[in-house]
Amino acid sequence: MSNSANGAMTLRGTSVRAGRRDNQPGSTQGLQSLLLRALVYGSAFFTFAVLMFLIGYILIRGIPYLTPELFSLEYTSENCSMLPSIITTVEMTLLSLLIAIPISVFTAVYLVEYAKKGNKLVGLMRLTAETLSGIPSIVYGLFGMLFFVTQIGWKMSLLSGALTLSIMILPLIMRSTEEALLAVPDMYREASFGLGAGKLRTVFRIVLPSAMPGILAGIILAVGRVVGETAALIYTAGTATEIPLNLLDSGRTLAVHMYCLSSEGLHTNQAYATAVVLLLIVLVMNTVSALIARKLTKK
Amino acid sequence: MKRQKIMETGMKWLFALCACMSIVAVVLICIFLFANGIPAMQEIGFLDFLTGTQWAPKNEPASYGILPMIVGSLCVTLGAVVIGVPIGVLTAVYLSRFCPKKLHGVLEPLVRLMAGIPSIIYGFFGLVVMVPLARLIPRCTGVSMFTAAVLLGIMILPTVINLSESAIRAVPQSYYEGALALGATHERAVFFAVLPAAKSGLLAAVVLGIGRAIGETMAVIMVAGNQPAMPRGIFKGIRTMTANIVMEMGYATGLHREALIATGVVLFIFILLINFAFAMIKKRGEKV
Repeated sequence: MSNSANGAMTLRGTSVRAGRRDNQPGSTQGLQSLLLRALVYGSAFFTFAVLMFLIGYILIRGIPYLTPELFSLEYTSENCSMLPSIITTVEMTLLSLLIAIPISVFTAVYLVEYAKKGNKLVGLMRLTAETLSGIPSIVYGLFGMLFFVTQIGWKMSLLSGALTLSIMILPLIMRSTEEALLAVPDMYREASFGLGAGKLRTVFRIVLPSAMPGILAGIILAVGRVVGETAALIYTAGTATEIPLNLLDSGRTLAVHMYCLSSEGLHTNQAYATAVVLLLIVLVMNTVSALIARKLTKK
Repeated sequence: MKRQKIMETGMKWLFALCACMSIVAVVLICIFLFANGIPAMQEIGFLDFLTGTQWAPKNEPASYGILPMIVGSLCVTLGAVVIGVPIGVLTAVYLSRFCPKKLHGVLEPLVRLMAGIPSIIYGFFGLVVMVPLARLIPRCTGVSMFTAAVLLGIMILPTVINLSESAIRAVPQSYYEGALALGATHERAVFFAVLPAAKSGLLAAVVLGIGRAIGETMAVIMVAGNQPAMPRGIFKGIRTMTANIVMEMGYATGLHREALIATGVVLFIFILLINFAFAMIKKRGEKV
């Protein structure tokens, strides 16, 4: 990718020279070029200005409201503490990762290392994984409510929510793992086979460790998704304000907490503060994921 | 030696089993949605459900027409596409053809960050910033189709940018060089030689953007007003299918609850169609 970007840079230098006649003032083509350039720069400016404004606005409005009461262990309607929901978020994230990581990593291993090309079943696996990644979170929420909450009878609980979310993040981790596995050179595998290792040992000792950064980047993205999720959780994990102490307790994650606060409309200041915490978590997750990815491309 | 062989085959089957989980998940989702939604549709009557313009589950007799919500979802999505696609594609053009490499290293993670910001935060931002701004427009109620469309337009930007950028980067460099050789400026080469060649990738970006917009829930609830009536204008309130489900599921019982699940089924069918279109476009793009 870096090569092509370099190519474009040098070519842009050429283009200015090549197109000088085109660029002369008064020519309609020059005018058109100018207009197009203005559109491109304007759009890019708009996109990043909106992003910066959003982040800046929420941080500036929210940080002053980050008071110590907001982090007390008990939630009451007076302090609107977000600590219980932060702890719930951590529980929810760990639980859904615990379920989703083995399944999605093994799926990717199967697709890359074992599956034969052109197999009908493999085609179906890819198709369904792609379908899963396109399903909106509210549909997952409905399904979780119908299946885990009602059919299996786990009620609105940590477990129902985590299982719903783990289906949702399955394609995310799977895709990044698959890409990471494909990027491992075949040489590694051949060398391992050459030393007498079996397929299984090659996968676990050679292929997976060298694909680890890519897998990790995918997992971190999935964490960001879980932390920010609301629609899939309202009717699967519920909105109880206590810290869930076992798998079948209901609890609200930070994002659900924020939805409750802002839709009640009574605690806008606390909603701002919650937004700050949520945004910071997402910012950190994204930075870490980007750093890992950068390390990966440098190697 | 024998134990190792058993291990090898056993693990292979375990991997295959895991790989089947996504199939199982999709099948389960389909079964449970349809099994719970279709009976309600039959009870209400397919036509009454899909084309009825009145949603009044508390009335006697109750009426369950979701046409207002279908129209609402489509209008908001259309608005989001009108706003988000041009800006997204042009930003992708900037990132792939105009942006200095150093700046690109800064902006690309920002696009990813934009994709990672939770929809509840976008919704909150819409509520506290965009709704008051929209009230400045004469005859606009603040929470309206317009506000929702603009917010969704912003939210689909990262999806559109990502896919369009890779589509533009996939166009062979020779197209661009050829246009330059014919005397085109940099801008004209990009817009009239490179972009048309990236057509199918751009279309895929638009389709995926539509999918994101129509399925978005939390952000829309906070800025759309949510009146369950036929949309009366771009500056008036509106309710989408997703909002309908989340708003009423908390207290709905009986047929009302099933009608909400049936709303989810309709939404799901829309999503499946969009996914199918996306897969078709991608397949065609790969063939050419």
